[in-house]
Amino acid sequence: MSKRVGKQTVLMDKPVYITESFTCAGEKESQGPLGECFDIRLNDDKWGEDSFEKCERKMFKCVLHGCMKKAGIAAGDVDMVLSGDLLNQTISASFAALDFKGSYIGLYGACSTMAESMALAACLIDGGSAERIIAMTGSHFCTAERQYRMPLEMGTQKTPTSQWTVTGTGGAYLGGRNTGAGITAVTFGRVIDMGINDANNMGAAMAPAAADTIYQHFKATGTSPQDYDAVITGDLGALGKDIAFDLLLKRGVQCKDKLADCGCMIFSPEQDTHMGGSGCGCSATVMNGHIIPMIKSGQYKKVLFVATGALLSLTSSMQGDNIPAIAHAVQIEHL
Amino acid sequence: MNRMTEEQKRYNEYVEEKAPKSHIVQDCIRAFWVGGVICCVGQLISQLLMLIPDMIEENALNWSSVILVFLGALLTGVGLYSYIGKYAGAGSIVPITGFSNSIVASAIEFKQEGLVMGVGSKLFTVAGPVLVYGISASIIAGLIYYIVGLF
Repeated sequence: MSKRVGKQTVLMDKPVYITESFTCAGEKESQGPLGECFDIRLNDDKWGEDSFEKCERKMFKCVLHGCMKKAGIAAGDVDMVLSGDLLNQTISASFAALDFKGSYIGLYGACSTMAESMALAACLIDGGSAERIIAMTGSHFCTAERQYRMPLEMGTQKTPTSQWTVTGTGGAYLGGRNTGAGITAVTFGRVIDMGINDANNMGAAMAPAAADTIYQHFKATGTSPQDYDAVITGDLGALGKDIAFDLLLKRGVQCKDKLADCGCMIFSPEQDTHMGGSGCGCSATVMNGHIIPMIKSGQYKKVLFVATGALLSLTSSMQGDNIPAIAHAVQIEHL
Repeated sequence: MNRMTEEQKRYNEYVEEKAPKSHIVQDCIRAFWVGGVICCVGQLISQLLMLIPDMIEENALNWSSVILVFLGALLTGVGLYSYIGKYAGAGSIVPITGFSNSIVASAIEFKQEGLVMGVGSKLFTVAGPVLVYGISASIIAGLIYYIVGLF
């Protein structure tokens, strides 16, 4: 049975193996520094569908089937799918789950969904509620832009603190055989509002949540950054990463050379994304396509993956509300 | 606005200081020359129209606006206006071509939701405020003009 330690952390009784992972990335992402790592690379924004939303859905289905195919299992062998996305009422995740005949649990954690779904899956498996789970999430630049911002063809400038929503989906099949990586502990974050209300500065809104969850995880597990090869945040971007580093230092946690961010890895500076990538798909593709394979190969022995989410909606943001944020942490070890 | 705690205020000040700033001088220069070029094109069009026999200046100016709106719509439709806008900022938003861009961009975006509830209701999502306050301001200006004229 899992054991709860500290205020927010759960230790696994036995490691929950990340048996397979699968990713599907958009055109811009595939041209980035990690392009080679993704299983499916798209050449356009619609992938033969007649809307961006349908394309996003297809990308979710692709990951769902990809995970099962890679692991050599059938849909009937998987107990549950845990998934969510950025669109209103999480339509991408839910519609994609139509293809899966088993239990589906829809989640909303904004861009923290990859860590949220993996952490929940680990707890469900370790607690005996399920044996095999697929945790997945993703986002699409065009669907997110139209929901949260301006029409695509509008000629506007982005502010320097803005980020670029990643077009990509990624998922992990958990609970199968040991292929080299397993989840050993998770920390569920709390909602934090530090008074940022600029929807073009998500990094600053989410950094305090990331710092808090990282701090709580270290405290509860009695570890420090030196015990990890890397602490990888989801989509803080360049500014958010710097802020999180400062905030942790203020609380006495020195993360020098350990802190990395998926949003800073997925695009190169020439791709002009300002602070870097964001969206559920950012950590979903980077973790499943790049980091988890590195853990499996033993290049990384122990990684703390901390995905962050900005919990705003268009309505809250138009009414001038602050942006509450959350971060969930998943500790993954080479086994 | 939300009332902020001391901690939130301090954090906002810290972020403000740390965040990268827009390059104001560079942005202004770009906006100035692109906006200027768009205006020169408009002037050129009206001058050329004046060459047509029997064309009065008022009509030439109206036609010039119509042609600029068409050009803005065309460039949006072929996907070029967003690049101009990214470079020029206000320089391409403020002229009438920017107004055209905001309407055509919305039309393209919401076509998927159908002609009535999609294009029909969302056409002015961006340009709407300009119309509402533009028309309101002109009504107020007209009233002031009328009242002043009474004396």
